[in-house]
Amino acid sequence: MQDALFYTFAFLTLMFGFLVIANPFSRNPVTSAMFLVLTIISLAGLFVLLHAFFLAAVQVLVYAGAVMVLFLFVIMLLDLKAEERRKIKTLGVVGGLISTGAILAIFLSSLLKAPLGATQSPVVEGGTVALAKLLFTQYLLPFEIVSLLLLVAIVGVVLLSKKDLK
Amino acid sequence: MFQSLNHLISAWWPEPLRLILFLVGIMSFVGLNAAYLVWVERKGAARFQRRPGPTEVGWAGLLQPIADAAKLMSKQLILPAGVDATLFRVAPLLMMSPVLMSLAVIPWGRNLAACNLNVGLLMIFAFGSINVMAIMLGGWSSRNKYAIISAARVVSQNVAYEIPMLLVVITMIMVTGTMNLSEIVIQQSGAFWHWNIFRVWINPLMPVTFLIFFTCMLAETNRAPFDMAEAESELVAGAYTEYSGMGFGVFFMAEYANILLGCALATVLFLGGWQSPIGNLLGDSQSIVGVLFGVFWFFVKMYFLVFSVVWIRWTFPRTQFYRLLNLSWKILIPISLVTLILSSAMIKLFHQ
Amino acid sequence: MTVGLEHYLVVSALLFCLGLLGVIVRRNLLVIYMSLELMLNAANLALVAFSRFTNNLDGQVFVFFTITVAAAEVSVGLALIVALYRKRQTAHVEDLTTLKL
Repeated sequence: MQDALFYTFAFLTLMFGFLVIANPFSRNPVTSAMFLVLTIISLAGLFVLLHAFFLAAVQVLVYAGAVMVLFLFVIMLLDLKAEERRKIKTLGVVGGLISTGAILAIFLSSLLKAPLGATQSPVVEGGTVALAKLLFTQYLLPFEIVSLLLLVAIVGVVLLSKKDLK
Repeated sequence: MFQSLNHLISAWWPEPLRLILFLVGIMSFVGLNAAYLVWVERKGAARFQRRPGPTEVGWAGLLQPIADAAKLMSKQLILPAGVDATLFRVAPLLMMSPVLMSLAVIPWGRNLAACNLNVGLLMIFAFGSINVMAIMLGGWSSRNKYAIISAARVVSQNVAYEIPMLLVVITMIMVTGTMNLSEIVIQQSGAFWHWNIFRVWINPLMPVTFLIFFTCMLAETNRAPFDMAEAESELVAGAYTEYSGMGFGVFFMAEYANILLGCALATVLFLGGWQSPIGNLLGDSQSIVGVLFGVFWFFVKMYFLVFSVVWIRWTFPRTQFYRLLNLSWKILIPISLVTLILSSAMIKLFHQ
Repeated sequence: MTVGLEHYLVVSALLFCLGLLGVIVRRNLLVIYMSLELMLNAANLALVAFSRFTNNLDGQVFVFFTITVAAAEVSVGLALIVALYRKRQTAHVEDLTTLKL
């Protein structure tokens, strides 16, 4: 059951991920964004299989709820109809495939060499309480820095989105 | 005998079947409610305006929703020229499905939730945030200027009201110490002064917190006086302008399902869920009768809130858009931050 | 064969490569941005899988930080794209080749 669910979610994640970057039906960025939402939701399914329930919910909440709404809103504002009819350059596709294939080969070969056999018994439970304890004790400083980063981002966005950007 | 309805069901059926049973139940419940809340809305509006409302079809117009549904389903689905057909068709479904999934974690009675998740509260908000995307896509793909204005309004409104709502929910998580909805209800057992809304010794601002939650719920579900998304007098029907037949019908159903979800959540978080207001008179709340009484009290509270939503719609005029945003950013967010800080301080000082 | 750590890592590697391919091949700034999100998500998946299989919650904390940073990054990046679009009326990388406006 667990294995079947894993293969289903993994397949869905990769298929939707592929449709984000190369949709055969439409080159409209909105369809890419919708497939990214689906990728994220199926990825949340994988997180649930890994017993990271809190992160799965946060993933859907932040990505599908906030980040993708922002993306769609910007696409709506810019209205990129004319962008759809451009040709994709063959050279770029070939180069991209070669470099990506090379990186994938590096990943897989390092995976084959890595000693993963000893860590086959999943034990850790991603409970909210345990995560919060870790976040507010050991990782308190990074947590504060990240909150500062968010503040900086807010200020930056307000400045950038002013009409008369100097 | 049987411990509870849930055990009764799970004794006969394995887990996946139980889930399917619950989901079918929730779907038919939502459909029935959407139909009859329209009737309540029309009757209520009529009473507030001193006229009879629907009377012709059935007794007191009780069959009117069914006639309406038949009309909507038999209408032609018009696909206007130039729309993005896929997105146009997907948007209503995208609005409907997250609500159904969210309703699955609501505990309707003791041990009576389709799935009792430890992060249930978070899950509701995770799925609830997909709504914005649905209305936005519906409005954007319509290629209609009113629909696009409405889509832009929906995004700014929902983003603005999601913040105080989440702050209030964080306060509640802090007070109850859990995100499991059933546990939140169990903590409020006893008579009505144990309900979270009256627990002023934890946070004196608790009733205010409830009001903020309710206001944000109204704004998130785009109900009057915050129905800027489909303001008829300004935007024809907003994001739904180009939809006809069941496309519009599904949006409509999803709107009522969202109201239902919001009121159910308010009941669970603040009004003690399935707990009766006069304590546990029947003693054993585990028996079938006890569970059914719990469901009864849950529905009483939830429908009272739903009725107040209708009541508010026909009492207050629509606000202006900048006032709507000012209410969130300048009033609700500061107050909800104050309640958050106050309750965390009170918990730390007095209740540890 | 039961699903173990390496299965998740393979999925993560494939997803990362898909994102990378998108960044290289696609020419629309917004789609490039979405591909970046794919790459970040691939890293998240690897971190959660490691945390699950090595009995250590640190990985999940990292994912928490990644999600936060990604949210900040997207907001600033999209603001930049909107500002660029206002100046140049395009969101296509090939039209954005000069450094001066």
